[in-house]
Amino acid sequence: MGPQTKNKKHALNLPAGAATGNLNVMQELMSAEDIAQCIRQMTEHILAAGELMDNSSLALVGIRRRGEVLAQRIAAGISGAQKRSVDVGALDITMYRDDVVGNRSIIIPMGTEMNFRLDDRPVLLLDDVLHTGRSVRAALDALVDFGRPRFIRLVVLVDRGGREYPVAADFVGRRVEVPPQSRIRVSLRPIDAADAVIVDTADKPAGGDWR
Amino acid sequence: MTEPAIWTRPHLLTLESLSRAEIFSVLDTAQALQEVSTRSIKKVPALRGKVVVNLFFEDSTRTRTSFRLAAQRMSADVVDFSVSTSSVNKGETLIDTARTITAMGVDAIVIRHRSSGAPAVLSRAVECSVINAGDGSHEHPTQGLLDLFTMREACERRGKKLSDLHVAIVGDIANSRVARSNLWALSKLGAKVTLVGPTTLCPAAFSEFGAQVTHDLDAVLPDVDVINMLRVQFERLTSAAFPSIREYSRYFGLTEERLRRCRSDVLILHPGPMNRGLEISSAVADGEKSAILRQVSNGLAVRMAVLYLCIGAGSFHN
Repeated sequence: MGPQTKNKKHALNLPAGAATGNLNVMQELMSAEDIAQCIRQMTEHILAAGELMDNSSLALVGIRRRGEVLAQRIAAGISGAQKRSVDVGALDITMYRDDVVGNRSIIIPMGTEMNFRLDDRPVLLLDDVLHTGRSVRAALDALVDFGRPRFIRLVVLVDRGGREYPVAADFVGRRVEVPPQSRIRVSLRPIDAADAVIVDTADKPAGGDWR
Repeated sequence: MTEPAIWTRPHLLTLESLSRAEIFSVLDTAQALQEVSTRSIKKVPALRGKVVVNLFFEDSTRTRTSFRLAAQRMSADVVDFSVSTSSVNKGETLIDTARTITAMGVDAIVIRHRSSGAPAVLSRAVECSVINAGDGSHEHPTQGLLDLFTMREACERRGKKLSDLHVAIVGDIANSRVARSNLWALSKLGAKVTLVGPTTLCPAAFSEFGAQVTHDLDAVLPDVDVINMLRVQFERLTSAAFPSIREYSRYFGLTEERLRRCRSDVLILHPGPMNRGLEISSAVADGEKSAILRQVSNGLAVRMAVLYLCIGAGSFHN
């Protein structure tokens, strides 16, 4: 996580669109304020969705690590509006992935933390970026090992297109069009130093980050 | 996580060869995988389609069962290959046996062998991953890792770090692969290790590896955080090693009376199988300071982690 974090911090100090070299272009897609506003809007839409709110059994499950942060923030919004607590789980999908290939060091899993049952409940699955759809596929496989939700709806902060699996999000913070080889880097406190979404169009070999 | 987690090895042969960061990678992975065993569906698909062969040239029930269950929880297929039922009895060599097995398309061999270094020899002869499940009196890496994992778990409850610990390893040190793997790992992590045993079974030469050596168990009791009691291995002992079982038990057996002279938060470990009433009394083994059954369940998570790291998706030689 070391080098990635450094890149992010580095990028945060640059004006939007600044070039850090011939091949390395980073651009801020969303500021901390944009992210906060997006999350507020998504929370409002979720609160307005009757199927989710009808019998107070909604559970939020975020994909580790930044989907978990998104889940906590949206859950805070829901419990603030409804004056009740909301179950929030963190899903580690490392053991369910099909998109980790090649000669590289292995991903060390962080573990799933889900201290509640999912059976017959509406579940919101949350991730920071929706790209190929493979993470969501893995997450759905992982989720059903924990029970049989009544239904699952997908929430993402950024939808960047480029789907390889037939997956669509139900709640989207921001849709963006970026070149296929570019990477979307989402930073969220407290994992990162500050909130930001950055598009990195650097022409780099794949690895490290699977977005 | 204090250091960046890394793992690039196809094999797990010794703890001597692992770095601090690699040891923590295994412990962190095991911690993440522990939750799997608490679900109603106790399985993840990480190693689906992989084949693991248990190749045991020495008797083992628990380690073999643990590896088997670990592989199954990771969705790998497992084949048990026992010496008594194989061509090894007809004179086939270790390498030939292993090559025959790998020709059937195998991803990992889990090997236990009476000769020290057999897993290392094997790893140079075959294409697949090799995991050492105990070689002679050399190493038993997964036992060392599960002991560490159990100690770290206890540390977390007590607000301590592994490097704060003083660990006594008691018994037949000379013949013990568990003692060696523990010693390597604990000294890498900065813990203090004292080896305790009769002069015939606990040679002073071990002090060269950074451990203290003593023949007086009573003297170390008040000072240690963890006591790892080794099994007296009758199958490896010559009759001259100790005069009588009774004398051994009197000087090195962990009794309730000795336990009372330990720190109140002392942790008692034993790799099993126990000789109850010899190196450890039943009251201590089944008492509240004992983490012996915890070691067994942690062993499962540690072996799941080792299999995942050595043959999982994105691993080194995939």
